Amino acid sequence: MPIMTDLHTELKASIIEQLNLEDMEVSDIENDEPLFGDGLGLDSIDALELIVLLEKDYGIKLTDPKKGREIFESINKMADFIEANRTK
Amino acid sequence: MSRSVAVTGMGIFSAIGKNLEENHRSLIHGKHGLSHPEILETVHQNLPIGEIKSTNSDLADALNLDKNHAFTRAALLGTIALKEALQNAKIEDFTNIGFVNGNSVGGMDMTERFYREYESNPANRRFIQAQHPGFTTEQIAGYFGIDNYVTTISTACSSAANAVMLGARLIQSGRLDQVIVGGTDCLSRFTLNGFNSLMIYSEDFPKPFDSERKGLNLGEAAAYLVLESADFAKNKEVLGYVSGYGNANDAFHQTASSENGEGAYLAMQKALETANLNPHHIDYINAHGTATQNNDLSESRALIRIFKEMPAFSSTKSFTGHTLAAAGAIEAVFSLLAIKHQQIYPNLNFNSAISDTRLRPVTELQSTKIQHVLSNSFGFGGNCTSLIFSKDE
Amino acid sequence: MSRKMYINGMASIAAQTEEDLFTENLQSFSENIFPATSVNYKEYIKPMMLRRMSKAIKMGLVTAKRALNEAGVDVPDSIIVGTGEGCKQDTEKFLENILDENESFLTPTAFIQSTHNTVGGQIALDLKCTGYNMTYTQNSASFESALIDAKLQFTEEMGTRCVLVGGVDEIARISTPFYNLDGQLKAGEINTAKILQSSSEGTITSEGAAFFLLSEIRTQDSFAEISDCMIYRNISEEKLQEEISWFLKKNDLKIDELDVVILGNNGDTRYDHYYQQLQEDLFKNTLQLGYKNWVGDYNTVTAYACWLGAEILKRKEIPQQLKLNNLPLKQPTSILVYNQYLGKNHSLTLLRSL
Repeated sequence: MPIMTDLHTELKASIIEQLNLEDMEVSDIENDEPLFGDGLGLDSIDALELIVLLEKDYGIKLTDPKKGREIFESINKMADFIEANRTK
Repeated sequence: MSRSVAVTGMGIFSAIGKNLEENHRSLIHGKHGLSHPEILETVHQNLPIGEIKSTNSDLADALNLDKNHAFTRAALLGTIALKEALQNAKIEDFTNIGFVNGNSVGGMDMTERFYREYESNPANRRFIQAQHPGFTTEQIAGYFGIDNYVTTISTACSSAANAVMLGARLIQSGRLDQVIVGGTDCLSRFTLNGFNSLMIYSEDFPKPFDSERKGLNLGEAAAYLVLESADFAKNKEVLGYVSGYGNANDAFHQTASSENGEGAYLAMQKALETANLNPHHIDYINAHGTATQNNDLSESRALIRIFKEMPAFSSTKSFTGHTLAAAGAIEAVFSLLAIKHQQIYPNLNFNSAISDTRLRPVTELQSTKIQHVLSNSFGFGGNCTSLIFSKDE
Repeated sequence: MSRKMYINGMASIAAQTEEDLFTENLQSFSENIFPATSVNYKEYIKPMMLRRMSKAIKMGLVTAKRALNEAGVDVPDSIIVGTGEGCKQDTEKFLENILDENESFLTPTAFIQSTHNTVGGQIALDLKCTGYNMTYTQNSASFESALIDAKLQFTEEMGTRCVLVGGVDEIARISTPFYNLDGQLKAGEINTAKILQSSSEGTITSEGAAFFLLSEIRTQDSFAEISDCMIYRNISEEKLQEEISWFLKKNDLKIDELDVVILGNNGDTRYDHYYQQLQEDLFKNTLQLGYKNWVGDYNTVTAYACWLGAEILKRKEIPQQLKLNNLPLKQPTSILVYNQYLGKNHSLTLLRSL
């Protein structure tokens, strides 16, 4: 795996891997594209997967799954949230 | 007119009692069975569970099992509950009796314990097949020598309710005259972590139908009913009749219920139809009421769609925890106890109604006239089942 | 009054293809665990759904859709699934995460997909079918339990006209090889094609799915009916003979009128005597077929056997490689499937041509 230098790219790669988006590549996901609903089409189960991803990779623990929906709106939002709250 | 289906015996083992009498006593005294894990080995010591405080070896001793037995915990609990049901129904001849067992995680307790040891420890290999529900059913059926029609239903949390439904249908069709129905499930790290990973596991005691509910708590239990055709039940005490049943699928999401509770609505509607009853005939509803945000709201909406005037209802999962595949059977027993004693058991830990639906469950023990009880069980995979139990007229 | 159960559509995935079966091209394997043939699942399942599906779900959903398609039915009234071991791959995945991470950092997807009723639920979800939905997991009698439920539906007045019934089981990376440790599988070098003559214990295993659209309505496409089905958890050899005779009689058939019997011999010397006794006695004048040496033995392999029986009735042709005895070939009109596994969960299923 190439070394990721950019958080945005790193996130895209982890999402593709963690959520089994087999036919997708990092370049297929736009930074401001909605991850849920009409955009990438993720659902509530994916949101739970992303919550664990935040905890495991960035040391951020979310206890309320509802908060996830805002944070995971797009790659941009996710990256901002991680930069502001990461513990690792 | 199809043949009537009488309940002539029942047995139960749950966190609120090891037999019918103990369970009934706990229900009328509002004594719940939730506690922190003592027997289940888990890192989640903070999560309340409806645990039965007997070790596997205590249970095996009570059944006089050989030291090298291959009973899973679900089989141990199931065999004890089934013994009570058979004694209750005074059944000693198993030649033509059928057995329909509801079970979801089978011997997962053994699988998770031995999974990494099978290679090195031949003694545990007798549990290799234990992972699947049929294995647990085999142990229970083998104990009693029930050899004929034996099957297992695994529709997650509606398994035992579906077992009751199938048993009733087998009798109505004339295929069987006697059939044991119910379910068993034990606690396991697998299910505890599963529901915890879904972020719907409560760190407090469950608060079904409360606006501040925080999720479900798992429990373990086994319960069985003996169903018999009218001919076979003739000279026996009849505890009630299985008068209606409905099974439908929500077809919405693998785990979550639809917003308006379509599957639940259809299951209740079908149950009323098969029982030939109108909603106003129902005197009490033993709700599914898991205390998750999603279920209780969805179920409430479905209830409102069916019932213009809401009958008394409660979720007894506040006593036992959610016992997964066994839930439909223990709640069938509670429904039949409600009929027998003409009383409604409370929904514990309820303070304020969900603002959207404003349904208020019964929160104190209530004595009242009960002719028909509706019992709901819904599960993963959109599986929804409703049963109606009726008093002997 | 019981109505008839016509097979109006069916499909199967197993370790051998349909073409190879009828062209005498069945393959032998040298491993005791071998997979089902692969299918282009993308043709049938949306990628966002497909990404979470283990093989059992994929095989189940695809064969279900093909069976519906063949029958020209969009949504059945009921969906009934038999699976002995359910979604083992996801169970294994979630369990390994629990053990590896000591109950932390767990994501729910594998757990959600691990329950034994996942296939039934996913079919309902895909078809938006809110009708009756059931899953049976009674070891080797799982598919037959589903068939018996279907048959009940056709005696009831619940408005059921067509039922989707199937059996499915998958192999998993760690838990299937456990069967090497508890004596279920044959040890040493294997030529699967020859296991029915073997003198050792254990068998071979694989995976597959077969679904049927059963309807009370006979259409131009109807090609067989499933007349009856029985299961016995435990039965002696003597009692078994009696039960088979009674079962045939109940269905107005004499033993010498039965054209074909499909037997579940799996090469396990401990239990094949159930079949051998019938081969030498009750069925000595009946054409006998065996199939587990080609597709392996797994809990719902009898769904494949029923598919095979129906296919024989449809084509009026016998796959030569399956013959266990050599009797003059009649035009097949009735076929009995008998099965047991490890001496338990015996089943009888009767198929007839129209």
